[in-house]
Amino acid sequence: MADGPEAVADATADEAEAPEEAARTPERAPGGWEAKAAGAVAFLRRRVTGEYEVDEFGFDPDLNDNVLMGVLRPLYDKYFRVEVSGIENVPAEGGALIVANHSGTVPVDALMTQVALLDHHPAHRHLRMLAADLVFTLPFVGELSRKMGHTLACNPDAERLLRGGEVVAVFPEGFKGVGKPFSQRYRLQRFGRGGFVSAALRTGVPIIPVSIVGAEEIYPKIADLKPLARLIGLPYFPITPTFPLLGPLGLLPLPTKWHIAFGEPIPTTGYDASAADDPLLVFDLTDQVRETIQDTLYRLLLQRRSVFF
Amino acid sequence: MTGAGRTRADGEPSGGRRVLVIGADSRLGASVVEALREQGRIRFVAGADGADASGSPAIARLIADTDPDTVVHLGLEPRPSRAGGRAAMKERNVIGTMQLLAAASKAPGLKRLVVKSSGAVYGCAPRDPALFAEDTPPHLPPTSGYGKDVAEAEGYVRGFARRRPDVAVSVLRFAPFAGPGVASPLLDYLTLPVVPTVLGYDPRLQFVHIDDAVRALVLAALGGHPGTYNVAGDGAMPLSQITRRLGRPTVPVLSFGAAFFGSLIRRAGIVDFTPDQVAMVRYGRVLDTARAKARLGWEPGFGTADALRAHAEAAGLKAVVPGWTKGY
Repeated sequence: MADGPEAVADATADEAEAPEEAARTPERAPGGWEAKAAGAVAFLRRRVTGEYEVDEFGFDPDLNDNVLMGVLRPLYDKYFRVEVSGIENVPAEGGALIVANHSGTVPVDALMTQVALLDHHPAHRHLRMLAADLVFTLPFVGELSRKMGHTLACNPDAERLLRGGEVVAVFPEGFKGVGKPFSQRYRLQRFGRGGFVSAALRTGVPIIPVSIVGAEEIYPKIADLKPLARLIGLPYFPITPTFPLLGPLGLLPLPTKWHIAFGEPIPTTGYDASAADDPLLVFDLTDQVRETIQDTLYRLLLQRRSVFF
Repeated sequence: MTGAGRTRADGEPSGGRRVLVIGADSRLGASVVEALREQGRIRFVAGADGADASGSPAIARLIADTDPDTVVHLGLEPRPSRAGGRAAMKERNVIGTMQLLAAASKAPGLKRLVVKSSGAVYGCAPRDPALFAEDTPPHLPPTSGYGKDVAEAEGYVRGFARRRPDVAVSVLRFAPFAGPGVASPLLDYLTLPVVPTVLGYDPRLQFVHIDDAVRALVLAALGGHPGTYNVAGDGAMPLSQITRRLGRPTVPVLSFGAAFFGSLIRRAGIVDFTPDQVAMVRYGRVLDTARAKARLGWEPGFGTADALRAHAEAAGLKAVVPGWTKGY
């Protein structure tokens, strides 16, 4: 990445999002535009001189909080009008494993959960996402993903983050969930081998089941061009009512109304050391998490007035 | 230290340790020899140039002459130009290690073998975990260049450890070195006036300060801690952050042209990169050093950023564009 263009891109993005940023951190708000400008200049100077901290996973909180989340925030607040419940179930400090349903053809649900936790959790916690390996093979996407604090979905990375006291999110359905046809919406797909449960057991962190309503309708996938997907190395190539029919306009997600419900934590302490290697226990806990999310999804759907409001 | 010369510290008790350092002509080797000499309980430290110690009769004679109880093998050379071409480099790294091990297996007094290896054995791939632990299976083991040499040399070292269970074999896998007097292809690359990067990739890189590397080798040579250890400075930095701190502008190169570009700058003699090192500046590599800290009792005095700053200060590196950054 060239310094020049990126720095300029950072600058414009930062200026555009400055009011949002000020709203989130009230101590900056009274200063007016001068304080905002000073903040933007200080940010730019840090970016140009490299005086910011990046962790071993490549997470760049300075860039994430000031720019990347700022880009997502209007989508969260204005477009999907995300409603959050039970966020107090995420502990204010220490590790926790968030397990959520995955949907929407494009994994926007993960990013919205990240915004929810940063903006609406009392401790403004960073969410460390476990992402599919495909993400890290793609240029730009992989780079941005690491800067947002995401890492490869594998047990060593998950356990390292959880031991470090981070909130980690996992979407066990993976591509099966995010790329499922519209007819299958809100039906949880298979939950894999329960690797996330053994990671939580090994590190003794609570599992927090999260149910996301609204994301399943943003890109209704009505067909899948499998040969084309294979050709370009993607897990699926979605056809939606608007894509590719309307061209680039079809890339616009439907403005559905979202609800992200953080459920009661499921404790993983109180098991003995070998629990993580006990397949029966791991499958039991996996099922428990899966059923909790599925039940909550059905309950929230019953309460929902409309897809868009 | 020149030639296969050796020095005896007169007046030392005859029961002291006898250490042979292969590759004592390098910056690292010279510091290791010096650090060992400063230790007590050492009868002598003999140093041998990497080039002198290659060739079967030479190394056998050297080991027979010195009868060491500890051999520190620092002979793995990452730079084709210094070894006299890629073929000669491979010969020296792989065959040289085999010959050393063959001679060492016949040394009755040998108790310890310390090998300077490299994180290059892990290769680099986007599907690897964020940090490599010593037992992380690499997703794409290195298939060429320095990484492959190191992986093959390590294989022979493991074979030696099986044949001589009485010898404590320590393999230290280092992150790239930085610090005063250090020269390496990666540092040459990072200090180019304009740094070419792979478009769309921002690899995480890690460094170890040369003094920390020396201390790890001395700990392994004196302590007898069999096993494989990652040795690296704490923390990692994305390439973009490194170039900003060093005041280097970057120019992104399309990824499908990166391998070609890498070979171009290698042939032009600008940076002595082997292809596996080009992969490293695309995907990056970070090592987990928990084991070295727990078992070797090693603590890095410099993190990655500190090591790089120390290097830049010692090299008197100036920002390319004045005022572009405040420098390192």
